[in-house]
Amino acid sequence: MTALLSIRDLTVTYRHDGREVAALNHVSLDVTAGERFAIIGESGSGKSTLALAIAGLLPGSSKVGGSIEWKLPNLRSPHAFAPPSVLPSLPKLGISPTRGEIGSSVAGTPPAALEFGESGNDSAISPQVGEMSGRTEGGATDRQPASLRDHTPLGGRDIGFVFQDPSASLDPVMAVGEQIAEVAHTHLGLTWSQSYAKAKALLERVRLPDPDAALRAYPHQLSGGQKQRVAIAAAIAAGPKLLIADEATSALDTIVQAEIVALIRQLVAEDGMTLLFVSHDIALAADLAERIAVFQHGELVEFGATAQIVASPRHAYTRALLDAHLGLDAEPLLRQAGALR
Amino acid sequence: MSSPLLAVSGLTKRYRRGGKTIAAVDDVSFHIEAGETLALAGPSGSGKSTVARLLLRLIEPDAGRIEFEGGDFLSLNDTALRARRARLQMVFQDPLAAFNPRASVARVLDDPLRIHSIAARSERPHRIAALLERVGLSADLAGRAIHEISGGQRQRIAIARAIATNPSLIVLDEAVSALDVSVRRQILQLLLDLQREERIAYLFISHDLGVISAIAHRVVILDAGRVAESGNARAVIGAPQSAIGKALVAAAPKLNRTSTQGAADRQ
Repeated sequence: MTALLSIRDLTVTYRHDGREVAALNHVSLDVTAGERFAIIGESGSGKSTLALAIAGLLPGSSKVGGSIEWKLPNLRSPHAFAPPSVLPSLPKLGISPTRGEIGSSVAGTPPAALEFGESGNDSAISPQVGEMSGRTEGGATDRQPASLRDHTPLGGRDIGFVFQDPSASLDPVMAVGEQIAEVAHTHLGLTWSQSYAKAKALLERVRLPDPDAALRAYPHQLSGGQKQRVAIAAAIAAGPKLLIADEATSALDTIVQAEIVALIRQLVAEDGMTLLFVSHDIALAADLAERIAVFQHGELVEFGATAQIVASPRHAYTRALLDAHLGLDAEPLLRQAGALR
Repeated sequence: MSSPLLAVSGLTKRYRRGGKTIAAVDDVSFHIEAGETLALAGPSGSGKSTVARLLLRLIEPDAGRIEFEGGDFLSLNDTALRARRARLQMVFQDPLAAFNPRASVARVLDDPLRIHSIAARSERPHRIAALLERVGLSADLAGRAIHEISGGQRQRIAIARAIATNPSLIVLDEAVSALDVSVRRQILQLLLDLQREERIAYLFISHDLGVISAIAHRVVILDAGRVAESGNARAVIGAPQSAIGKALVAAAPKLNRTSTQGAADRQ
């Protein structure tokens, strides 16, 4: 088993109300190529910060220490492409590549590890910003071994990102076919007609009922589950090595959630992708992932094979999360409380 | 046999969309006894929230009857309805959206006490402190703004506001869905404690059968606006008869803590 990425001593600090708040505290872990890996925790555990850090999408205002090293044997080199003014307006796909590539070509030497872009844009969960090349906080470039400098993963191309809210990820005024085709056009160097053919094939893969109609549909014409399928299609359009799903099923009802989880499982297996599944739901994570990392207050508290985490958790917090799960077979609170009937 | 606290019969609400008429709620009937929790389950679009909105008369039905505390709820005029609403309260999924985020906790709790003339001005700070204590919060929280407190605290405030008017029924629309699992469990426990002590009935709307099996006495499962099945919550969830009931049970994440799982590929 080879590592896909190696995280060492990662610390991320946000400024909030003038105070420094540590979102991640000295986290070290390895993600194995081809595995399904879950990050679980409650609000404020740092799980989404870790996902954003791996994808290079941290807000520019955050301070980052430590390193994320990628061990990708043969990363594709960036494609030449038209300047942004020629491209159609960029959708907020969550995985927008363009700026990163511009940054790279301008900067000449793409930095090795993920770049924690500093853009002055505080709102920046925006992906373009995270990928901005050039300046880094705390000299991340210097920390990375020079040998890795040609192995910079790129959001959209090497990393696909699926967010919780597909309505926020998709451009409301752009047909979904175009949003998917754009990813293929940008990263795979396909012509637009090839890109649209690819988009249609992807819509079939994510099992939208009528792919031809869906190509021309706008996000508001689709249900929540269908929109998430479109977001997944866009995320995998460039054939990424790593698919990150950050609470990607949390806003969906349980039936649609189960369908989307099954779809992710199938796509990851078919394409040999590594999956990083971020969730607050330990049961859902256990169903999908081979390994689970449990986070609490920015710390990695427990990390292991799913069976071990679920059957013999070592950390009290993991046990508490397991105990708090209300499954169909859970002890009814009603009886414990001694309510009527 | 006395009449139930709430009796809904033949409730129907249709919408016109694109020239077609869609029944969001189609001939739905159920009842709730005093002190009981009835869960309304179903996937997105099954009509759960429309039923809640009809019960609160935020929208009016096309057909059907709603009897609440022995009276015809649908025929109440605005003044009578306002008074009656003290007995029928609501807690939403997102209390941040339900309240003015800049308002103080005290203000949010003061409103129902004032509007329903429950307590004189001089007495209200006392009442607010008691309500906060009732939902497991410190009285010190009264001066804080809604946006400053945590999601779990906010939902406790929403519950405190709901019980301020001494209701007999609270409609909880996905009220614990957005909460962290540990907080969710505490809120469910609070609801059960309040029910036991005050004999409040709940209409608990959720798509999460795990939560429903933990706290509901009975369940009604909706599918495309119609009642697919209903009955004792544990019995229905243990052996669902309808297609949608079976699908909901199959889709619920399961945690098998005794044997290995997850690692096995099931393609």
